[in-house]
Amino acid sequence: MGMTMSQKIIAAHAGRDSVKAGEIVMAKLDMVLGNDITAPVAIKEFYKAKTSCVFDCGKIALVMDHFTPNKDIKAAEQCKAVRDFAREKGVVNFFDVGEVGVEHALLPEKGLVGSGDLIIGADSHTCTYGALGAFSTGVGSTDMAYAMATGTAWFKVPTAIKFVLRNKPQKWVSGKDVILHIIGKIGVNGAQYKSMEFTGDGLKNLTIDDRLCMANMAIEAGAKNGIFEYDEITAAYEAEHRSKKPVIYKADEDAEYEKVIEIDLSAIKPTVAFPHLPENTRTIDEVGEVKIDQVVIGSCTNGRLEDLEIAAGILKGRKVHKDCRVLIIPATQKIYLEAMQKGYLEIFINSGCAVSTPTCGPCLGGHMGVLAKGERAVATTNRNFVGRMGHTESEVYLASPAIAAASAIAGKIASPEQI
Amino acid sequence: MNAKGKVIKYGNNVDTDVIIPARYLNTTDEKELASHCMEDLDKTFPSRVAAGCTIMVAGQNFGCGSSREHAPLSIKAAGISCVIAEDFARIFFRNAINIGLPIVESPEAAASIEDGDNVEVYFDEGIIKNVTKGKEFKIAPFPPFLQAIISAGGLLAAAEKGRLMP
Repeated sequence: MGMTMSQKIIAAHAGRDSVKAGEIVMAKLDMVLGNDITAPVAIKEFYKAKTSCVFDCGKIALVMDHFTPNKDIKAAEQCKAVRDFAREKGVVNFFDVGEVGVEHALLPEKGLVGSGDLIIGADSHTCTYGALGAFSTGVGSTDMAYAMATGTAWFKVPTAIKFVLRNKPQKWVSGKDVILHIIGKIGVNGAQYKSMEFTGDGLKNLTIDDRLCMANMAIEAGAKNGIFEYDEITAAYEAEHRSKKPVIYKADEDAEYEKVIEIDLSAIKPTVAFPHLPENTRTIDEVGEVKIDQVVIGSCTNGRLEDLEIAAGILKGRKVHKDCRVLIIPATQKIYLEAMQKGYLEIFINSGCAVSTPTCGPCLGGHMGVLAKGERAVATTNRNFVGRMGHTESEVYLASPAIAAASAIAGKIASPEQI
Repeated sequence: MNAKGKVIKYGNNVDTDVIIPARYLNTTDEKELASHCMEDLDKTFPSRVAAGCTIMVAGQNFGCGSSREHAPLSIKAAGISCVIAEDFARIFFRNAINIGLPIVESPEAAASIEDGDNVEVYFDEGIIKNVTKGKEFKIAPFPPFLQAIISAGGLLAAAEKGRLMP
């Protein structure tokens, strides 16, 4: 029996010729990630174990992105605990305020993750790196502690759903709309415990930023990982960002998939997920009149340069609605700098947006834009659960940067064609 | 190892943001986390646990969303002795096993048991007894590798005891 892309990467890292869905294996890791919320719990666990050294000080990434710049004293103390640990153990890839970015935008940009790698992170959106042809999945802090000590983790080999993407998306349709469309179709547990493997000739019409956004939200369908077949677009990105030689895994012809789903990219309309689940999707023409109080453009899902470019293109020469607060959060310092050089930040500020230093901030209701009771936000983030961005009676509508920017101007959910 | 108590029941897709809201993730203190457990979904949770509702029952996809281990940690520290669900989101499932929070996947039991029922869970025998309704449910055993982690009391404890060869 053949193997899927995901199974091949797991087999290679478990020192095996082949693995079968359902079996449990121990596998070697290329990167172990934690942030300022999950790493403190992992560090506490690490100190309980009978080891003093980390397995490889170059294969651990500690990213202070969630409650930074520190939102309060407790958050500051958590960052300090991670900072102290990083110094004591000589962790090379420790990213603090000033060079930090939102972890899943930062690691690919720094070339720390890439094709053929096996990665775990104590953050559910670690599945993002599948965009580059890696097997990458979110775990908890105890897994992270064990991985920092041993360089290994246990994996139940997943089955998979194959998504065959065809044709070219229409104008104003991005990776965000594609993944929201898919989650709307299969549900928030539609890929539970499974790999989502993306292939097909439509891939050539999806940029790396589109793919990072889509793989990022694989977890919102319950998936273990999302992975894109490696192609020329991946190769070009890796050549620019990484010195490590690409390692390419293609699914076998006879690989077993639980389901094969064909997606016609040209048929997808701009899509919005209504509260309080990412599966509650409606196409833009079904949205109706939804007035909003806030717009957030940023996060590990949609805080990349292309996202800001799309938003700037729509906001240029226009003002945001007087009843709407608009927050723009470039996901990394590099993206921030490039957005500045290209004039996007000037456009945002002239339109009446607030531009923030990179942080996860409002996405998880941490700080930098928390919602009051009864308020509504359109966000380019990934979750719209109860209380996700603030008060339990606030609402989050998930959308693409194009919809978010148009909505910022309209003061209600709108498409760029309506403004 | 067994668990018994009254049932506190929730629905499908209980996410880790409502189990422990992100605004409380600026601490790793389990007691403090426990004091906010479930508060965005059910303000009565602490008083009901104190009154003996120590078995949590839920529908599909329990623990979906964020990977925060604070979620199972807070449930455990709040005094819940076992979570029974139709199924669990995979990161929550791993985390619960890794920290030693007893969980049981049983679609039949989760669908049949009602809020307030008296339930007993016999892990070694693989049986859930609904004492109130006089019904029994068999629990499918975990794979031996996971059983080794559970019986050691968590991932790191199992590692120390040398029980981690799959």
